[in-house]
Amino acid sequence: MTINFLEVKNLSTYFFTRRGVVKAVDGVSFHVKKGETFGLVGESGCGKTITCLSIMRLVPEPAGRIVGGEIFLEGEDLLKKSEKELVKIRGSKISMILQDPMTSLNPVFTIGDQLTEAIRIHRFLKGKSLWESAKKILQLVHIASPETCLTSWPHQLSGGMRQRVVGAISISCEPKLLIADEPTTSLDATIQVQYLRLLREIQEKTDLTLIFITHDFGIVARMCRRAAVMYAGKIVETAEVREIFNHPAHPYTQALMKSVPKVEEKVTRLASIEGQPPPLHHLPPGCIFAPRCSAKKEECRPEEYPPMVEIEKGHFVSCWRYI
Amino acid sequence: MTTLLEVRDLKKFFPVFSGQILSKLIGWVKAVDDVNFSIKEGETFGLVGESGCGKTTISKVILLLEKATSGSIIFRGKNIFELRGKSLSDYRSSVQAVFQDPTSSLNPRLRVSSIVSEPLVVNNVLPRKVVKEKVEKALFQVGLSDEAPRLFPHEFSGGQRQRIAIARALIVRPSLIILDEPVSALDVSIQAQIMNLLKDLQAKLDISYLFIAHNLATVRYMSHRIGVMYLGKLVEQGPAEEVYTSRLHPYTKALFSAALPSHPDVVKEEIILKGEVPTALNPPPGCRFHPRCSLTKSICPEVEPELKETATDHYVACHLYAKASLIA
Amino acid sequence: MEREKIKKLRYRGFPVTSGMTILIFMFLAILGESLAPYPPNELNLSEKFLPPFWQEGGNMAHPLGTDMLGRDMLSRIMAGARVSFIVAVLALSLGGLVGTALGIIAGYYGGKVDAILMRTADATLAFPIILLAMLMALILGPSIQNVVISLGITLWARYAVVIRGEVLSLKERDFVALAKVAGSSSLRIMFLHIFLNIRNTLLVMLTLQVGWAIIVEASLSFLGAGIPGPSPVWGSMISKGREYISTAWWIPFFPGFAVATVCLSFNMLGDWLREIFDPKLRQVG
Repeated sequence: MTINFLEVKNLSTYFFTRRGVVKAVDGVSFHVKKGETFGLVGESGCGKTITCLSIMRLVPEPAGRIVGGEIFLEGEDLLKKSEKELVKIRGSKISMILQDPMTSLNPVFTIGDQLTEAIRIHRFLKGKSLWESAKKILQLVHIASPETCLTSWPHQLSGGMRQRVVGAISISCEPKLLIADEPTTSLDATIQVQYLRLLREIQEKTDLTLIFITHDFGIVARMCRRAAVMYAGKIVETAEVREIFNHPAHPYTQALMKSVPKVEEKVTRLASIEGQPPPLHHLPPGCIFAPRCSAKKEECRPEEYPPMVEIEKGHFVSCWRYI
Repeated sequence: MTTLLEVRDLKKFFPVFSGQILSKLIGWVKAVDDVNFSIKEGETFGLVGESGCGKTTISKVILLLEKATSGSIIFRGKNIFELRGKSLSDYRSSVQAVFQDPTSSLNPRLRVSSIVSEPLVVNNVLPRKVVKEKVEKALFQVGLSDEAPRLFPHEFSGGQRQRIAIARALIVRPSLIILDEPVSALDVSIQAQIMNLLKDLQAKLDISYLFIAHNLATVRYMSHRIGVMYLGKLVEQGPAEEVYTSRLHPYTKALFSAALPSHPDVVKEEIILKGEVPTALNPPPGCRFHPRCSLTKSICPEVEPELKETATDHYVACHLYAKASLIA
Repeated sequence: MEREKIKKLRYRGFPVTSGMTILIFMFLAILGESLAPYPPNELNLSEKFLPPFWQEGGNMAHPLGTDMLGRDMLSRIMAGARVSFIVAVLALSLGGLVGTALGIIAGYYGGKVDAILMRTADATLAFPIILLAMLMALILGPSIQNVVISLGITLWARYAVVIRGEVLSLKERDFVALAKVAGSSSLRIMFLHIFLNIRNTLLVMLTLQVGWAIIVEASLSFLGAGIPGPSPVWGSMISKGREYISTAWWIPFFPGFAVATVCLSFNMLGDWLREIFDPKLRQVG
């Protein structure tokens, strides 16, 4: 039996605020196989970013805290590691690309400074070999003139180039797992396509495991093999991407997919979900989607949250209709 | 259908200066360069393109927030650049706007009633009771409760704020609303709500929309006719369904190919453009798209193609579709 | 939101002592003279140099002692509050109003208008106020009007520069463009939309500057370029009492203490307001 590359079991991350306990991530479980591209899909506030920050142990403290669960990376529980060990892991084993390249790059340092800093920390290279290493990485992300880029400042680069630089920094130490948080939202469509292709290319070359955090099903359709749909801090459905598109099981997933317009054909009317997501410090009891669910039945027990069940091989749903 | 707004030979260039103390003109950003299109009554014209293509600049000129460099915009028979006094005030009551960021669009220090009533009160003198009624009606039309008028913007969610912005646009019963990325800042499920609301309002009140967006799927859902812009030029224009299915211009093909699929099994022709989106500061000579185009002919870097009608009401600016006389 | 904020007063470290001091100060400014136990200018040469009641020789009839002309210290302090208050309010109104209006205009229109106004403001800020006030006193004679004017002249520039900075970023907000689209005039945009959003900055600045205005007025009076007697003015009381500091310390001390306390209280209040409204206003004051 092969161990999953990443295994998240019952992860819960809460934020303790004056208004109450915000259950940003509540009992989340999923796994990612080595070399796989996994998508974490959901709207804003669903907990997808905090889940990944929890994996990297970068949850903002003291307000936020991982209160339960286990995160196994190649069999080792990250939640049991010391900060010293984590510093070694971040960047070299796990890396993250954030949404806005402008704020990911320090405006007062050149690209060269920022790229070599990452390499220096993990690789112990110095001087010329450090510089050559940096150049090679920029070539890997298809930047035409690496030397010019290394001596440039972030504001001198276009949005697409900046995002490539951010990508370069994140893979500079050859991590095994890359988490990309909405990496293309600020990019134009034609640039986005180039960038996604680049990520796919890097993944194939280095056998990188990729997790995409996104609200866009299009990214999931294009890039991911498996995906999990999140809502209000919980995972409501996990399956292979083709399964999710062909047979979405959870009412939220179904509604979400019907509310997105298509480029390839004319949609006469989009479905829209009534109401709004619940406030995370004041979640409704039982199934959290029930207040907005159009497929509610008498079986939907209002007190208990439905457990995750496997309805098809590899297809898991959290919904009373399948129990 | 009658034409409501006609954009004729519109040009908007921004001057670029160098130096701090003694700045001199070194060039022009040709943000909008000779654009022609028209919007009919009761229809949605979608303007699509990537950043820097000029679509937002066009909207600003139509809203008289920027002065055109040359050209004209005819609204109901009058050139809007020549309007003054009452006729200008009438124009303001006929053409309103909704922008991308619902938070920045509303003055955080004003109550919703003041925000929504503004277009009404600055152009007309009306008794307070009448204004109050109209505010309530506008808010009702966008699905907000009658508690809304006395609340402040921060007490609403993003989607609700966008509804407030729409109510403000509606209150003067405009004939045309400029929608500049009205849903891009909203969550997916809220986007659907707002787009449906806009469609319903159009059907009920017979309003025209200029729908500006970079997301091809949303533009397809909303528009009757569309225009594709690249670097200040309209490269293709026509009925939405036709443009989406036939995709004549190479850039239109590339944009369509770059759009994210709606299903993992969708098979699309992969067109990857070379290079970056250039700036409108020094646009390439000849056809502006030629450096990134894979179907170029020898004439492309030399002569700028004109917008020609290739099918009824379907226009393309590309040498591939010019009549046979111009050969490679 | 405003109501919520006020409710949180207790939890956000509202400076209670300062608040009370300010209230007392304003109360005295309005009613001080009538409530004083003695007319503040009444001479009583037989009772001069009486120390405060807790020292030997003092008594409760004159709790803070008497000065070199036998005038009751407590009454003079109470009455002196009025002058300080009036000067501060008038100068701030003049400077604040003018400065804010000019700042809004400069920020909104930009270009040449902005350049001219800002250069003028810079020049004004570079000019030392004490010098200006003394010049005015020399040429036009010392009076309450001249003090108010000289304070106002320096203050406007401070407001203009800070407000203009805020306006520069505010005018880029969508709601300003949409107000234009609605048909609002520039005047309406400037003095309704933009003003409402700088109101808090203005309030913080005004509060912080009250202390400053009072100190400057006291300094001017101290130097003889401020408000002339005989009505009690804290600054001149300090000045005239200086020579008695070793013999009758209470004569310069109590007016000095009054100035310091009021100024400090306003600063505390202003700091607290700044925290409440916008921590970004750290540069103000």
